[in-house]
Amino acid sequence: MLALTSGRLITARNLRYLRPITTTISQVSRQISTYNVDIAGLTEEQAEFRNAVAEFAERELAPRAAQIDKSNNFPSDVWEKLGDMGLLGITVSSKYGGLDLGYFHHTLAMEELSRASGSVALSYGAHSNLCVNQIHRHGTEAQKQKYLPDLIAGKKVGSLAMSEPGSGSDVVSMSLRADKIDGGWKLNGNKFWITNGPTASTLVVYAKTAPERGSKGITAFIIENTFKGFSTHQKLDKFGMRGSDTCELVFDNCKVPEENVLGQVNKGAGVLMSGLDLERLVLSGGPLGLAQAAFDYAVEYVHDRKQFGQPVGTFQLMQGKIADMYTSINASRAYVYAVARACDRGQISRRDCAGAILYSTEKAIEVALEGMQCLGGNGYINDYPMGRILRDSRLYAVGAGTQEIRRMLIGREFNEQFKSP
Amino acid sequence: MRPSAVRLLNILVPIKRAVDYAVKIRVNPEQTGIDLNVKHSMNPFDEIAVEEAVRIRERLKDAVKSIKVVTIGPPKSAETLRTALAMGADSAVHVEILESAPAPEPLGVAKALKALIERQKEGVDVVIMGKQAIDDDAGQTGQMLAGLMGWSQATFASKVEVDPEQKIANITREIDGGLEELRCKLPVIITTDLRQVHLLNEPRYASLPNIMKAKKKPVEKLTAAELGVDLTPRLETIKVTEPLKRVGGGKVANVDELLTKLKEAGVTGKRA
Repeated sequence: MLALTSGRLITARNLRYLRPITTTISQVSRQISTYNVDIAGLTEEQAEFRNAVAEFAERELAPRAAQIDKSNNFPSDVWEKLGDMGLLGITVSSKYGGLDLGYFHHTLAMEELSRASGSVALSYGAHSNLCVNQIHRHGTEAQKQKYLPDLIAGKKVGSLAMSEPGSGSDVVSMSLRADKIDGGWKLNGNKFWITNGPTASTLVVYAKTAPERGSKGITAFIIENTFKGFSTHQKLDKFGMRGSDTCELVFDNCKVPEENVLGQVNKGAGVLMSGLDLERLVLSGGPLGLAQAAFDYAVEYVHDRKQFGQPVGTFQLMQGKIADMYTSINASRAYVYAVARACDRGQISRRDCAGAILYSTEKAIEVALEGMQCLGGNGYINDYPMGRILRDSRLYAVGAGTQEIRRMLIGREFNEQFKSP
Repeated sequence: MRPSAVRLLNILVPIKRAVDYAVKIRVNPEQTGIDLNVKHSMNPFDEIAVEEAVRIRERLKDAVKSIKVVTIGPPKSAETLRTALAMGADSAVHVEILESAPAPEPLGVAKALKALIERQKEGVDVVIMGKQAIDDDAGQTGQMLAGLMGWSQATFASKVEVDPEQKIANITREIDGGLEELRCKLPVIITTDLRQVHLLNEPRYASLPNIMKAKKKPVEKLTAAELGVDLTPRLETIKVTEPLKRVGGGKVANVDELLTKLKEAGVTGKRA
């Protein structure tokens, strides 16, 4: 694409993307995204923030995204790069090395990282929101001082574990036991589908301290991977998000000191549920970024690809696809951003946090599918990024709650609201 | 105008906000210029200049007293200044012109920079700027400024080493024949090149904490009138059109056919 612009000097940065005109479009092209800043309603400061993250993602992640997906490995050097960039503590107080910004900024960052690489963004989200933000919100001063600085610098990797092989949607039925022992607790059981599990050194883990009390018997703990009795099973082989390491955690009489209780004993359900609202909001940025990536690629492709003497994008059916993809993305973005702004004002609405990720996920999968269709046969070839984007987008239908649970939550909230006394 | 009394360097980096290098350029419907309603960013050559100034400070440490960036442009140019501040500059000057004003020309810019340099109480020792801007590709401002100031100049620099004790700069330039090494007395004007082989540097991207710190760094606002400079262009752009679409060529079988085709095309081969 660069060679086709006017007689512009080939800059050094172009070198990375420099290629002969005859190459197929499958190679990385430095595109200007069709992200509509005006419709997004960003302030100048937010736009500057987004540009900075976009530039980072463009330089550090986008060129490696395909390779990361192929390798099925999170590139470990990226954690410190994210840390140096300031991305790992967006919502954290500057006292611990964070940026003192809000959930809107965190969602923007998630979106831009996801646009470059869906799997890196997912691991990023798990580390920076699920782990770091929960410790920041519920930790004691000592816990925050001990764990946050390294996590925010990217020197240590964070994770959060609530789901188990037998407790997914019904997370409160979890059976990981925490029995009181002298000086702390002893954990026995498993956790499953844990993002960053293979490499995390700091994990927020939910366990049943009083199984007979059901949801009122859950406690959150901060686990270090060096604790005796903690181990992980091998990395899961996933359909998508193959750059985000996922595995099973095994607790075999794992000893946890008393000072590692996060929040209060048996009050973990509140920590878990309120965390989930914000997790859903911030992760909503993930599908937005993926959808934008799919659309940007497809809309450029359909104007380059010519059949029957004209760019395929000028045929009406294709114009229809472009229109549907574009409007879906902008509508999802408007809802997600509105919910993010409300959260920053302190108005955290469970039904809308669930709604934001419900809607953006559904649209992202649709847009990714249509985007793949826009490429015709080429969409089916792994040299092109569409397959990866589609595979990555599917995760959001089951991660951070399933679409069905999100729908149930929203419906249930309305049932409560309209219940006759 | 005079170098600082103590052996501390004051570096000035003029930068320009230009259309982003990845944008697909389109001529506007009036054919007076290109469509400017597109993404803008710092001129890539100037990014290299800012980066080089920051690296000079990393090498010389306390010997560099200040790195000041300056831009002449509409209000939106302030974001370019903030990027430079986030990369490591200490302070900025914004010579603001109207959004609707025509783009300043190299001579006007050079005169404004001269006026600005003369206003610096602590003097300026090194001016480092991009060799050209990617929108006009003029490549004149650095040289004009050196002429106006009567300072030494080293253009198309691919390597810069400043020695504040000796008050000189050793600069390697990229020229057609290869590399030329110059030793310049301070104060000096350096324009930065970026070539594929001898890369001067790879500009850092600003980290978010630095971007936030940059908001607290001082930005002085000035007008051309305050500098006593007239930025009115001396050139009038009459028309801007896209390059003609390339038409396919043709192959000829032998020299005779070549001569026939050349004659048909009106090429006579007679001296004018």
